[in-house]
Amino acid sequence: MARRVPIISQGDLLIAAVQEELSDGDIQEMQHSILKEVSRRAASKVILDVSLLDVIDSFGTRMLSDIAASVALRGARIAIVGIRPEIAMAMVLLGLNLENIPTALNLDHGIAILRDRS
Amino acid sequence: MNAPVAEPAAVLQPVSCDSDVVAARQLVRKLAVELEFSRPDQALIATAVSELARNIVKYADEGEIELCAAASGSKTGIKVTARDRGPGLDDVELALQDGYSTGNSLGLGLPGTRRIVDQFEIRSEPGRGLTVTVVKWR
Repeated sequence: MARRVPIISQGDLLIAAVQEELSDGDIQEMQHSILKEVSRRAASKVILDVSLLDVIDSFGTRMLSDIAASVALRGARIAIVGIRPEIAMAMVLLGLNLENIPTALNLDHGIAILRDRS
Repeated sequence: MNAPVAEPAAVLQPVSCDSDVVAARQLVRKLAVELEFSRPDQALIATAVSELARNIVKYADEGEIELCAAASGSKTGIKVTARDRGPGLDDVELALQDGYSTGNSLGLGLPGTRRIVDQFEIRSEPGRGLTVTVVKWR
């Protein structure tokens, strides 16, 4: 069962809000829909809000990196926002990181860092 | 009237597709909340179950995750047993090294899981299956 990842756009900004408990298939589907929306809306900035995700494991981390890399190849910039503190801790212990991908505490900070870098 | 003290029942989640991975994660999270694990520990055990369940889907097609409460002295914890009837591992030590993967992955699943739990045991019968048992104390 695929779950929708709501994607809203405002000007050249896309915001994708990941819902709870995405399966691996749902995450892959999300990558496709984000890329499609980036093209359709000619977005130059993407915020991926993962604050509702309660597990980010090795597959989740790889998918987030893949999404960021593919969005970058489309010429847009991305920030991943809202990684929960306990998830951040678990990721570090697992040996996972999101190297070279801008991350921010929340939506506002994410928008701010994308604006600063333009 | 002497009702026997109920042993905590084991919960069994069959695992054969990626929605089963989500279900296993939800089950262990629920158990961790019931056993009053801290939020960081809830996240750790849920992540460990996620890795173990995905390994079953990826390498063995089907298997199961068994969850039960564990007790040792004054300690309370969760014991997770991931069982499959897949190919097993020829070289367990190799599979436990960071970055080693036969699949297209980061190779952090098993070694990472070992780092985030308190006890970790792996039993491989090449050609017959793999059983990974982990315990996380509260």
